[in-house]
Amino acid sequence: MQSLTLSTITKAFGAVRALTDVSFTVAPGERVALLGHNGAGKSTLMKIVLGLLRADRGQITVLGAVPGSNAARTGTAYLPENVAFHPSLTGLEQLRYYLRLRGETPAKAIDLLERVGLKDAARRRIGTYSKGMRQRVGLAQALIGTPRLLVLDEPTSGLDPVSRREFYTILEGLAADGVAILLSSHALTEVEAKTDRIVILRDGLLVADDTLANLRRKAALPIRLQVAARPGSADEVAKKLAGGRRNGVVVDLLCQHDDKLARLGDIAALGAMIEDVEILPPSLEDIYSHFSQRPAS
Amino acid sequence: MSRILAASTAEFRIALRNRWVTIAVLMMALFSLVLAAAGSAPTGDVGADRLSVTVASLTSLAVYLVPLLALLMSFDAIAGEVERGTLPLVLTYPVSRAELLLGKFTAHLGILALAVIVGYGLAAAAAIATDARAIAGIPALVRLVWTSLLLGATFIAIGYAISALARRPGAAAGLAVLLWLVMIVLYDLGLLAAVVADGGGSFTTDVFPWLLLANPADAFRLFNLAASEATAAAAGISGAAGTIPTAHSLTSIALWPFAALGLALAAFRKVTP
Repeated sequence: MQSLTLSTITKAFGAVRALTDVSFTVAPGERVALLGHNGAGKSTLMKIVLGLLRADRGQITVLGAVPGSNAARTGTAYLPENVAFHPSLTGLEQLRYYLRLRGETPAKAIDLLERVGLKDAARRRIGTYSKGMRQRVGLAQALIGTPRLLVLDEPTSGLDPVSRREFYTILEGLAADGVAILLSSHALTEVEAKTDRIVILRDGLLVADDTLANLRRKAALPIRLQVAARPGSADEVAKKLAGGRRNGVVVDLLCQHDDKLARLGDIAALGAMIEDVEILPPSLEDIYSHFSQRPAS
Repeated sequence: MSRILAASTAEFRIALRNRWVTIAVLMMALFSLVLAAAGSAPTGDVGADRLSVTVASLTSLAVYLVPLLALLMSFDAIAGEVERGTLPLVLTYPVSRAELLLGKFTAHLGILALAVIVGYGLAAAAAIATDARAIAGIPALVRLVWTSLLLGATFIAIGYAISALARRPGAAAGLAVLLWLVMIVLYDLGLLAAVVADGGGSFTTDVFPWLLLANPADAFRLFNLAASEATAAAAGISGAAGTIPTAHSLTSIALWPFAALGLALAAFRKVTP
């Protein structure tokens, strides 16, 4: 059984269509990244999954139950974007509160805080915490109990690179235990190799739902060849290869994957005029832009 | 039940940190002591014991202060969570909105109870210390305490309803003050004006008593003054209301907290995080 199933979910706010016919699934132990620009519908989709908002149309199943039902809420943990807590409470008090709401013993609070590296600040008020520390409290509360579905809205915003890595290590462990994870981000570079599948939303439409390798293939973006010419011969090289000159010595060529070897052959034929060749495959940002940008009309 | 308790503990701790507990207790203590001191001067020969007189003065104080204190504590309860952005997360927990609301409610009512008991207790202690007969007024004092809590519960819940409807703390604060002014001050003035204009007609005899009962603050005042022997010390509307049975006013003050809580829950359920 899938942990999360969305089928033709549609949601509008007045005249604005936030989501249109979005369908995808998340299996137990699977980490799915939800990507899209600001306003693409990521947070709306998450709120529908959590039962905070109701979809206008479509079916959704969370752990086999209706979103927002007690069964769904018991098995689901959520980390909101820019998570906020009452500034007057300490991290420890806040977690003890959340533990009790989930029917767990409040004594576990200090262990959870230790797990996210906040043990030393546990008795300080959250009002004195940095954004990254608040985010860690948010992560700690999402780890309470044994969630079977984690919904994380831009979980690493405000975290430094080291904390990010620690964060993804924790997620990896959870996924290995069979927890389904849906997390949003607006950078493909960040979720690369840390998620199993990528779902991209554009203006409320699902435009991609695949592994990164498959997305790369589907996008079929050109490969860039950077040819460094010997001093003085750049103009000639550019002419012979029908490429564009970048600066004094570098000539830029774009080619499709299948043409790559032929083009390299052309370059090699120029012999002494060439100093070096650099092959640049499409970057993750290029792939993401390919899917997430509105097609020019 | 444990979830209500969890919410209540957190809310109480927040109120403690924000000095609300201190402020509430100090406010009630200060006003009670001032009333006890001021009320003690002219009563030497009224015949009633010192405590009963103090209770009558406290009643007229409580009508203003208890709703004010209740609204001050509650107006931020939901709007504040919406503004801070803490509401969406807690609503994804397996806890119902009713449980959250009841958690806040028990915490705020507890703080009010503390303030009321300390405040009235000080005034009572002052009365008993200076008049041996004052023990006779204890039942009236006890009655004042629990009716004050019913009145406070009503306005705490009304404050939640306002908080949920306003969505923003600033707007909620404004609405709370407006409501206090209308229900506690202007309502009586309006009724008084209507009674005077009516000149003893059918409005005064048929409609007016029900309008008094409809307002929890007036019902509170009616019940305490009618039940107390020191009505002589009270003025204003109580005279006109002497005909209203205490069972009616008691029903009103007992039902209001439930009605207000129902209203608050309905308003809270409409809040989309």
